[in-house]
Amino acid sequence: MPLVAENLHVRRGGRAIVENVSFRLEKGEALVVSGPNGAGKSTLLRALAGLLPLARGRFSLDGDADEVQSALHYIGHADGMKPALTAQENLAFWGAFLSTGAPGLDPRAALKAVGLGHVAEFPVAYLSAGQKRRVALARLLVARRPVWLLDEPTTALDVAAQANFADLMRAFRADGGMIVAATHAPLGLDDARTLRLEGARREMAA
Amino acid sequence: MLRFANPSFVLRVARRAIPVLSVLTALTTALGLYLVFFYAPADYQQGETVRIMYLHVPAAWISMFAYMVMSSAALGTLVWRHPVADAAQKAAAPLGALFTFICLVSGALWGKPMWGTYWVWDARLTSVLVLFLIYLALIALWATIEEPARAARVSAVMTLVGLVNIPIIKFSVDWWNTLHQPASVVRMGGPAIYSSMLWPLIVMAIAATLLFTTLHLMSIRNEILRRRLDRLTHQAAMNGERALRLEAAQ
Amino acid sequence: MRGPVSALLWRELTVARRLGGGGAMGVAFLLVLVTIVPFAIGPDLNLLSRIGPAILWIAALLAMLLGLDRLFQADAEDGTLDLMQLGATPLELVVLVKCLAHWLTTGLPIVAAAPFLGLMLAQEPEGVFGVGVSLLAGTPALTFIGAVGAAATVSLRRGGLLMALLVLPLCVPALIFGVSAANAAVGGTVPLTTPLAILGALTLGSAALCPIAAAALLRRLGE
Repeated sequence: MPLVAENLHVRRGGRAIVENVSFRLEKGEALVVSGPNGAGKSTLLRALAGLLPLARGRFSLDGDADEVQSALHYIGHADGMKPALTAQENLAFWGAFLSTGAPGLDPRAALKAVGLGHVAEFPVAYLSAGQKRRVALARLLVARRPVWLLDEPTTALDVAAQANFADLMRAFRADGGMIVAATHAPLGLDDARTLRLEGARREMAA
Repeated sequence: MLRFANPSFVLRVARRAIPVLSVLTALTTALGLYLVFFYAPADYQQGETVRIMYLHVPAAWISMFAYMVMSSAALGTLVWRHPVADAAQKAAAPLGALFTFICLVSGALWGKPMWGTYWVWDARLTSVLVLFLIYLALIALWATIEEPARAARVSAVMTLVGLVNIPIIKFSVDWWNTLHQPASVVRMGGPAIYSSMLWPLIVMAIAATLLFTTLHLMSIRNEILRRRLDRLTHQAAMNGERALRLEAAQ
Repeated sequence: MRGPVSALLWRELTVARRLGGGGAMGVAFLLVLVTIVPFAIGPDLNLLSRIGPAILWIAALLAMLLGLDRLFQADAEDGTLDLMQLGATPLELVVLVKCLAHWLTTGLPIVAAAPFLGLMLAQEPEGVFGVGVSLLAGTPALTFIGAVGAAATVSLRRGGLLMALLVLPLCVPALIFGVSAANAAVGGTVPLTTPLAILGALTLGSAALCPIAAAALLRRLGE
């Protein structure tokens, strides 16, 4: 089941931010989106996640453009965690909320998988930036979805945690998962395809 | 539809239509004022003050009409996400507020000789006052949200929420009024209107509608131009930066 | 494993309980308002008894609005709102559940406290009952209408004042029928059930329509 983007255009505030982006991913493939600051990497990922409207183009999974939003995980700049709840409670909520039927990992097991088993009972407010990020990454595991959209996923992660996340991505792809990641830093994705955004021509809208 | 909604097309129409509309507005207003002061009789009870009606009633009519125009534009924003609809919405709010304000003030001035007080908490007055508050809120919304597309979306939803609410507010204010209204206040309306008063009123209503349309079109034009200027400024800033980079590279 | 809706309700209630203060702050605000009004209009018990329901309703209205501007803001800032659009639950239902949780944590304490404060305003037992019943039927409508205002001002750092400006005119019907119901309980020409039924209709109508409007405002926030 291929993930296909055809001629995507995204506008913001009357200006074209992303123009004419196309790609195609088969099961187990990964795409790294690179480019300078302001080239539209985050905008592209938000549009793929359905959080911004596509001005033109089509993004579909297995030919279906309507259901793609419920088939993907999105890791953005914000972690989507409530500081007052424990790591485990946060993940249990997202597991239930984002569930698509296929059972994901138990919150505790997911935290272990990102090396945070020992802080499961801690309110997220007490965790460091890197730990918070890893809790957010554990969200990818508590609900099973075939596509991961990752916007700078390794921000604030140390070397060991980055290696750990690379392993998780490898396992996910071996299982048939697809990854689209926007990043400056190397993610440790083997034989990933690349898409370089140079920033759209900032032409007039009307 | 698309051709009609093209900003450049709207600008072209505005350039042709504004002079024509302005002349029509001036002529109709002159005719209306002539009729009001030299044709319409003074009321046998209210005397000369009845002439305030020829300002008050058209203003009241436009205060509603402007909201209808704004709601249609709001639909245009939500359904077609079109910049011209955004501009039409934004332009209608201050005009609607202005006409509602004229309606309220002329009503107060009329009320003083008629009812002996500038303001009574009459159901009709109170409903119009709430309408004025809704206009003010929408203007504040436009002034506060900086990103134009977001402002248009928010204002469109709030306009439509207000549209649903206006009949409910009217209904509740009527109810509230019948609970509290002392019986002594004179109701508006009175005897059926004579044709010698009806004609001046109709002409003044047409003049007010023309005035609103002219002002609305002018504001839409200004808004489109303002956005263009905005975009050009952005572009100039960016080109400047690109030029600097090129210089630095050489 | 919980369903998504009950998980959301549980999460909202837990966060509110852990952060604390929402409900208690509303009740304290109610108490402050009820205290300062007699300073302004004098300690005449007959007058206070007559306008008591109105004071309580206005105080409740303001207290409800007080906490509402943060209803979606925290979720927008920490990225929760983005992720909520990826779930199978429609955003309208998410808004409805969030409103319900907010009403349970701040509305219900106000409804529970108002009758006691009514005693300070020289309300007879029937008046106390009327205030309690009318607030119970009407305050959910205030939450739903306020949610639209909260969604409209979610991207603004200081949206509280604008939100009040947007929302208060729309609260006029609920205020009118709320105070009428409270007054009808002490006697008068209208039977209590009439304004109460209309108040219930306002609550149900706003429960149906306001989440749609609020969700439309929350979608595509960054557009």
